[in-house]
Amino acid sequence: MSILVNSKTRVLVQGLTGREGSFHSQQMIDYGTKIVAGVTPGKGGTKLLGVPVFNTVAEAARKTGATVAVAFVPPAFAADGILEAIDAGLELAICIAEGVPVLDMLRVAAELKNSKTRLIGPNCPGIISPGQCKLGIMPGSIHKRGHVGVVSRSGTLTYEAVGQLSKLGIGQSTCVGIGGDPIVGTQFLDVIKLFNEDPDTHAIVMIGEIGGNNEEIAADYIKKHVKKPVVGFIAGQTAPPGRRMGHAGAIISGGKGTAKEKYAAMRAAGIHTVQSPAEIGETMARVLGKAKSRSKARKSAASSKKKAKRK
Amino acid sequence: MKIHEYQAKAILAKFGVTVPRGEVVTKKDEARAVAERLGTPVTVVKAQIHAGGRGKGGGVKIAKSPEEAASLAEHMLGMNLVTAQTGPEGRIVRRVLVEEGLDIQREIYLSVLVDRAVGAPVFMASAAGGMEIEEVAHKHPEQILRETIHAETGFQPYHARKLAFGLGLSAELAHAAVPFMAALYRAFVETDSSLLEINPCVVTGDGRLIALDAKINFDDNALYRHPEYKDLRDLDEETPLEVEASKYKLNYIKLDGTIACMVNGAGLAMATMDIIKLSGGNPANFLDVGGDASEERVKNAFRILISDPNVKAVFINVFGGILRCDMLASGIVSAAKELRIAVPIVVRMEGTNVSEGQEILRNSGLNFAVADGMKDGAEKAVKLAGGAR
Repeated sequence: MSILVNSKTRVLVQGLTGREGSFHSQQMIDYGTKIVAGVTPGKGGTKLLGVPVFNTVAEAARKTGATVAVAFVPPAFAADGILEAIDAGLELAICIAEGVPVLDMLRVAAELKNSKTRLIGPNCPGIISPGQCKLGIMPGSIHKRGHVGVVSRSGTLTYEAVGQLSKLGIGQSTCVGIGGDPIVGTQFLDVIKLFNEDPDTHAIVMIGEIGGNNEEIAADYIKKHVKKPVVGFIAGQTAPPGRRMGHAGAIISGGKGTAKEKYAAMRAAGIHTVQSPAEIGETMARVLGKAKSRSKARKSAASSKKKAKRK
Repeated sequence: MKIHEYQAKAILAKFGVTVPRGEVVTKKDEARAVAERLGTPVTVVKAQIHAGGRGKGGGVKIAKSPEEAASLAEHMLGMNLVTAQTGPEGRIVRRVLVEEGLDIQREIYLSVLVDRAVGAPVFMASAAGGMEIEEVAHKHPEQILRETIHAETGFQPYHARKLAFGLGLSAELAHAAVPFMAALYRAFVETDSSLLEINPCVVTGDGRLIALDAKINFDDNALYRHPEYKDLRDLDEETPLEVEASKYKLNYIKLDGTIACMVNGAGLAMATMDIIKLSGGNPANFLDVGGDASEERVKNAFRILISDPNVKAVFINVFGGILRCDMLASGIVSAAKELRIAVPIVVRMEGTNVSEGQEILRNSGLNFAVADGMKDGAEKAVKLAGGAR
């Protein structure tokens, strides 16, 4: 199991025939992702990488049964692409593009509320359920199938965390890059809820960064509802206020959205926080080790009770 | 992108927002001429810099005669204005705005921005005009009124009425607030702004609402839709190295430490700064070279990094995904050779083709310190830059 995508997920690629679209589609196909359609207006009826191309998302979905779209389109056309995926009634749309105007995203956000589509991104690496399905631009090779869910606003920092986990032999159920923009389709809270409900996810890594208060909202939920261990890191502890640190959403404004506030919220929620980005993997290993010895103790206690009853 | 007050007011006027009469000048004599033309008993001289808190710093003064306006302008032009927002280094004043004096009865605060949590624009108002909104939010959060605007229906007259009556404005002023606020909202949307702030907006003795100050920040992602805004950029307000970096579309922010960082990805770049600090050093910059760090890009990035005289070591931290480590290594080697980089360079690479990349660095004949992991890299860089402080 995993969240959102798995080995059965049928995927269409918006912008399949573009330079980036075709490169990443090949990578995704090599990873084993079921790419069943491409969409490029005007190139319907052709084929690329062995995948049929359609003019519209609606037609591609209808004819191939695709339920998920990954978009490799320039930022100026991203909102249109997402709205088309919503219109086609897809379950999930993933938008990689960086640089989508925020007002475009506000229109999209309003439309998402009245639809059954979930959006991941924009300005994100995508989502991967290791060994099953890779949707996005992350390097598949660093991932390992397992039981830790990873959710992050960053791209390469997520690879860093995943790399640390895999090196320690800790696999991942699903890794979700929610994106670095101020307005994104799926936020920490949404992914944390899904991980919490997923029996295959035993622990969670949450990688936030300065700006906004979505980490705090998620931490509050974790405090109340999540029993699974969570390891948390916030990037930007040394970022100056008022400056946009690369990501459009990574900005401390009016003294709000600092790493300090986010760490405080995480600690209050019982999250295992790490100050150093180099210690995400080992902290998870330690937390899992403890959890394992605890569950073993619980199991042996339970079995000795059973034995006692039998006697 | 930030713009000056006088530019923001010119834009707002086009949308029908009432602003004080005035002109921007760069010379003393022009200031006198403008004050004479305005013909009001008093005029106001306002320093134009991209930072708030100008009044307290001595950047906003009242003149009782055209002669006084001229002398105030003379004093302000060329001065280094230090405000709470400029930092201790301050900003040079290159332009002043000379405006008519108004009969101010009351000051209120108005702004439009994007509410990240809700995913919608929000119109904010407060009776505490002239105060920094962060301070109001902290001390009197109950004084801040918020109206979330729905993307489909946009700003409606009732939004304005709720805000105006909420501020305790008279029925007549509430009536006048409807077109005023609607024009502000229209300006926010049509200019693709990320922030539009009128602080203060004043009520005059003759019952008018006027935007006494104006701040507009454009959404950088939407600038492609507004090519005309290119001319509004004031390079003097930006750090020279950041201006240079922006020419190559490099995401660079200058800081005041000694360890330059070159990283791919914004999150990892921030985390790299953090780990340098944790290791006892100080980052000299934030730099995201992006996912397609070609040789040319790496070279330009290098050139900018080492032109910062404070830099004592460079830490390259790259997690190759799409970006292959061997390609990056070639870029580093050729840039280091061509630019004859004298400061020590620590390279930490991970991901696609990492062993090929390390091979290239080893065989380059240059003295790179190759790090094993982020922590090792940061510690090596701190040591090479002269140790922890």
